[in-house]
Amino acid sequence: MSARTDPPPTGQRSGFDVDLRSALRGNGQTFGVLVALVALICFGLVRYENFGGAYNIASFLNYNAMFILIAIGMCLVIITGGIDLSVGSVAAFSSVCAAYLSPYGLQVALPGGVLAGVAFGAVNAFVILTLRVPPFIATLATLLGAKGGSLIISDAQTISVDWGSNFTKLGMEKAFGVVPWSILLVLLVAIGAWVVLERTSLGRTLLAIGGGEDASVLMGLKVGRAKAFAYLFSGGCAGLAGVFLASGFGAGQPLEGVGWELSAIASVVVGGTLLTGGLGSVTATVFGALLLGLVFNILNFENGRGTISLSAYWQEVIRGSFLFLVILLQMRVARRRLPPATGAPSP
Amino acid sequence: MNSASADANHDQGKRSSSRRPSGRLAWRSTLARHGTLIALAALLLVNVLFTPNFLHLQTLFVNISQVATIAIVAIGMTLVIATGGIDLSVGAVMALAGALAPLIFGSELGVAYPLLGLVAAFVLPLAVALACGAFNGVMISVLRVQPIIATLILFISGRGIAQVLTNGNLQTFSNPGFSYLGTGRVLGLPFQGWLALLIAVLAFWVVNRTIHGRHLLAVGGNERAAALSGVPVRRVKIGVYMVCAFLAGIAGLVVVAINSASDAARNGNLMELDAIAAAVVGGALLQGGRAPVFGALLGAVIIQLVKYTLLANGIEDEVALVAKALIIVAAVALQQGRRE
Repeated sequence: MSARTDPPPTGQRSGFDVDLRSALRGNGQTFGVLVALVALICFGLVRYENFGGAYNIASFLNYNAMFILIAIGMCLVIITGGIDLSVGSVAAFSSVCAAYLSPYGLQVALPGGVLAGVAFGAVNAFVILTLRVPPFIATLATLLGAKGGSLIISDAQTISVDWGSNFTKLGMEKAFGVVPWSILLVLLVAIGAWVVLERTSLGRTLLAIGGGEDASVLMGLKVGRAKAFAYLFSGGCAGLAGVFLASGFGAGQPLEGVGWELSAIASVVVGGTLLTGGLGSVTATVFGALLLGLVFNILNFENGRGTISLSAYWQEVIRGSFLFLVILLQMRVARRRLPPATGAPSP
Repeated sequence: MNSASADANHDQGKRSSSRRPSGRLAWRSTLARHGTLIALAALLLVNVLFTPNFLHLQTLFVNISQVATIAIVAIGMTLVIATGGIDLSVGAVMALAGALAPLIFGSELGVAYPLLGLVAAFVLPLAVALACGAFNGVMISVLRVQPIIATLILFISGRGIAQVLTNGNLQTFSNPGFSYLGTGRVLGLPFQGWLALLIAVLAFWVVNRTIHGRHLLAVGGNERAAALSGVPVRRVKIGVYMVCAFLAGIAGLVVVAINSASDAARNGNLMELDAIAAAVVGGALLQGGRAPVFGALLGAVIIQLVKYTLLANGIEDEVALVAKALIIVAAVALQQGRRE
């Protein structure tokens, strides 16, 4: 479902839209997420002694690297007013591919996994742009297709990676003994996405499409090319996440990735990106992903202390409630910054 | 590429701005409609030719009892899609309603007063489902959250709540009264098949013969215009999400009754996909403004037949997933129409 088909909650697109955008774009939402993040980190540092330990930080970042990656890809897609539901199963597919390629070493398995993701991104772009199927439906279909595909090529088994090659280094070892390799790569991708979005005409085009696709077309922007880039990039991010998955857990996992698209969307939303497109920030999305991950990290610590005992089932409930809370806050922020006459006239 | 997307927007704009489709669009919609029937005919033919024992009464029963739940949910989904929305939470609501029922008639009070327990096992889960729908509707119409996101909340947490309630355990039971919902026969055919048909007729009547139906289509066609001409947009939207959740609740109870067991992890899993697929295959426009109720019924039959065809011919589930993906894309691509 694109911004075109679903009128944005803030009503018609006219002058004030720009005001809202610049108001939110500024430091508003990014700042809010950052404050929440810092507050949560301080809380954790004070309450748990091992929270700031090197082990927790490394494993936390290592685990969340995958989610940060797909959230970055999702962010670019959502900025254009689209959505990519296929990221989870594409990641699972590429984890299987990477596991199969692992005997040839990281230099083959890494590009192989990423390419598998890009290929699914290309399918998405083709179906959305050429067959003109709404992104929601097109990527839903790719979700099913990639899931089926990974189950077929793996025979529904987890595929163990080759431990003899250097493949598992990526997910399990640290660059120069300090930073996990995966974090370094995620950082590179994040910086790349930030540069594209904030400093290139491609990024401007992406934002313009989300703001108003018709207008962008009329302005002569290369809309099709930019949208295709967003889906290819998202697919590539999912592919890389799949490589991390295989490398970090030592196996290609065709059944993994369920619900990843939701965490990614949640991270993007928490980061203040409007789902109608036209507004968004890579930095805030990364913060959003970290914030979501941190909530669960802290819950684990709380479980460990024995003050509460939450089963795994509670995680889902909490994840949903957290999303609910963030949406409510976002609505309040958006409303306060808007002149009162913005919404469609309510009956 | 550019002109393609401009074209698409132009079409969509036209669809939403005028309720009466122009000649070209009408032709397209008939094509889409006939496409559905052709697909159904082709599926039946393939099955008659290749599937062993397809022309067997037992096959019919199996398919009817399985298609009923998809159809019931798909009808609700069609109504939601008609307003231009979407409801991802149907599967979770099914799990929630399905988890509650055995808890209620299996409770001490339910065992002591079987009839009361049985009635409560229908009423309470459906009331909870209605509450879920009201939550979705309020989020969407009052707080103006996009439908995908608003229903995502319950999609994530609804199943979690169901699992917390049951501690993640499979609840088995034997309660003939309750199981009638899933195993009973009326005039020789499974009860839930009749139920789905009844719901479809009711929904068709409401959509086409009542003011509520007019309101529903008006909201989907052009929300702003509907609001300006006095349609109670908010009430219509909250109502439609409540109806959708209510129907999902019924489907959840049916699944539990069929199995005489409630598994919160699996009840209604991926049902939102089946329901959306059935609605779209049946001719629902994702932009809203159209509510082909019987189309949804037809779509559900097609989705079920595809599943059954692949299963009965020994093709793995995984391939079935890919097939389903292709069907969804083909249906929507046909609907959108190719560039001329």
